[in-house]
Amino acid sequence: MTSAGTTTHANDFTGKKGRRFRAARIDWASLLGTGATGLATLLIVAILGIILGNIFINGLPHVSWRFVSTGTATDMFDVNKAGILPMIFGTTARVILMTLFVLPMGVLTAIYLTEYARIHSPFTRIIRGAVNNLAGVPSIVFGLFGAGFFVHFIGRGMDSALQSGGAIVWGQPALIWASATLAVMTLPVVIIATEESLRAIPQGLREASLALGASKLETIIKIVLPQAVPGIMTGAILAISRAAGEVAPILFTGAAYYMRDLPSSLHDQFMDLGYHVFILSTQSPNVDKTRPLLYATVLVLLCLTFMLNIVAIFVRAKMRKKARMLH
Amino acid sequence: MGLRRGHHAKPLEWLAEKLIFVVSLSAILVVFLIFVFIGREALPVLFGRMNTALVQKTIPVEQMDKLNPAQLQDYLGLTKEQFASMDRDTLKELMSLKIESSSESSTDKDASINTTQWRYLLRPHQWSGYDAPQFIWQPVSTIPKYNIVPLIIGSLKVTMVALIFAVPLALGAAIYVSQLARPRVRELAKPVIELLAGIPSVVLGFFALIVMATVLQRISGSQSRLNALCAGIALGFSVIPVVFSIAEDALTSVPRSYVQAALALGASKWKAASQVVLPAAVPGVFAAVALGFGRAIGETMIVLMASGNASVVSWNFFDSTRTITATIAAELGEVVFGSAHYRILFLIGVLLFIVTFLTNMTADIVMNRLKIRMEGKR
Repeated sequence: MTSAGTTTHANDFTGKKGRRFRAARIDWASLLGTGATGLATLLIVAILGIILGNIFINGLPHVSWRFVSTGTATDMFDVNKAGILPMIFGTTARVILMTLFVLPMGVLTAIYLTEYARIHSPFTRIIRGAVNNLAGVPSIVFGLFGAGFFVHFIGRGMDSALQSGGAIVWGQPALIWASATLAVMTLPVVIIATEESLRAIPQGLREASLALGASKLETIIKIVLPQAVPGIMTGAILAISRAAGEVAPILFTGAAYYMRDLPSSLHDQFMDLGYHVFILSTQSPNVDKTRPLLYATVLVLLCLTFMLNIVAIFVRAKMRKKARMLH
Repeated sequence: MGLRRGHHAKPLEWLAEKLIFVVSLSAILVVFLIFVFIGREALPVLFGRMNTALVQKTIPVEQMDKLNPAQLQDYLGLTKEQFASMDRDTLKELMSLKIESSSESSTDKDASINTTQWRYLLRPHQWSGYDAPQFIWQPVSTIPKYNIVPLIIGSLKVTMVALIFAVPLALGAAIYVSQLARPRVRELAKPVIELLAGIPSVVLGFFALIVMATVLQRISGSQSRLNALCAGIALGFSVIPVVFSIAEDALTSVPRSYVQAALALGASKWKAASQVVLPAAVPGVFAAVALGFGRAIGETMIVLMASGNASVVSWNFFDSTRTITATIAAELGEVVFGSAHYRILFLIGVLLFIVTFLTNMTADIVMNRLKIRMEGKR
């Protein structure tokens, strides 16, 4: 392969000192192509580096224990007084709630698709098409859906069913509706990750269990699922990291501009880290004064989502290696 | 997968298996519900049931008995519950109020126009005070104007910038990482590029707004600091990982034997990649670009923060631009539930959903074909 590998043009010179004119046969097209594509790769990595570097350098000096452990004081745009505890709390709460909604649904769907459905039946193809489509629906459309379905249809419906005496309790943007909207949005992430891990489990394990007289459901619960735990975890982590930074779906389903107290029930609104970044960068009366606060908030948000992402990438890489060994 | 169960399931197991089946329908159900619930809010506009005209044809109070209840309810703009709770005198009062208010309202000739009709949504109109017919999105004014053409053009413009910026970079990187790079470089570059997908869009929007906008303005000397170029490039950052990972997958799925055959015939690695592998993976590359388009046109926070949000009809990349997504995000929080403005925002939401739905479906079908061809199935 080395003789054909003109990717390093030095090959054409070495060892042929007397025949310099051969240099005219440098494969310029190959050289250019390799260089250009390599440069594209480098450029993307550089862009990532610049964004992260800029945020770290400008944000790190302003992150302190006081900053992440206190609430918004009198002035939410002043770096010396404002804290982001309510936003961290709100984001954490909506993400945990979302996980509770999405995991059972996603895992059960993946179990059906891999263990029960026939691979090429039209029905399976429709489900799979729906899952793939759902993955590409814009997040703002999920926001509209959450407002129309969860808040106005289910929320108002619950209000009239529970006879809350005309008062609107559930039929307004709230923590629970934001979480439900995000759960719908991240459903495909969980399904696809779980499916991948279920397919990686050798068929022989299932056959051995069935041959010993276990029923299909017993096989799934006691043999298949324990093996799939890392995959399900990956799915959950990916879903969380995707949802943690999303703002568009929660704009009309629960995020609040400002709240004095932490949310105390499922039908309260909440402050959110990502939404707070949006507020700080667009609503501030004094941009230069807010900038340190803004950078610090972005850094905290980024650390949160990146840590989750990196963990997910590691778990998945390990899982794939294991799957390759088993087959 | 293809296995039959060893013996008959116990009743409880039967129930559990049915439950699994029912839950697995959730994805289909959700897609269906999205369509129904966004569509439902937009329905009155779709069928021309909304009326925003300030001056309407009025009916004298004496003729009240000639109308049937449904017509009367429509005429007075009441909901069913409101209508049922009112007695005759209240209705009469409302009718005379309506006549009074319409005679009082402005003498502007535009006041009698129902601006939610299709021709005002899509075609230019010469509003009073303007010299020529124009496309105008101005939902908050005495005569609300809901022309969605400026928003569509804005969305397409920003998306175009994003794709022009992102597709060459992402495709180049995909070719390099999957075909040309040494294994160690590949193992490193792939997760790093995929990490770009982990940056929340609000952070990219912040970066475009605070850092990039200033730099770009200094370079280009454009008038508005926030414009389609700034938003488009930031949007490109979020499109790159989408296009990269799908194109890379497609290129990697081309059988290794293709490359080995090309190399054996004396082709260079680049020749093998560009003339053998790339043509074989063209459907996958197409799907990658299609999904990148879907991602770009549906992205909200980046354009909301970095595009400037002025709804003007212009193809100039240096003009401030308002997109469909940013319009929904900025305005839905402040509209009255059930008003014409509210319905129009859901209407453009439906439009967005349909566009991305079709894009995804096309990409999905193309990818499936490619997969079947590469794996030699069926």
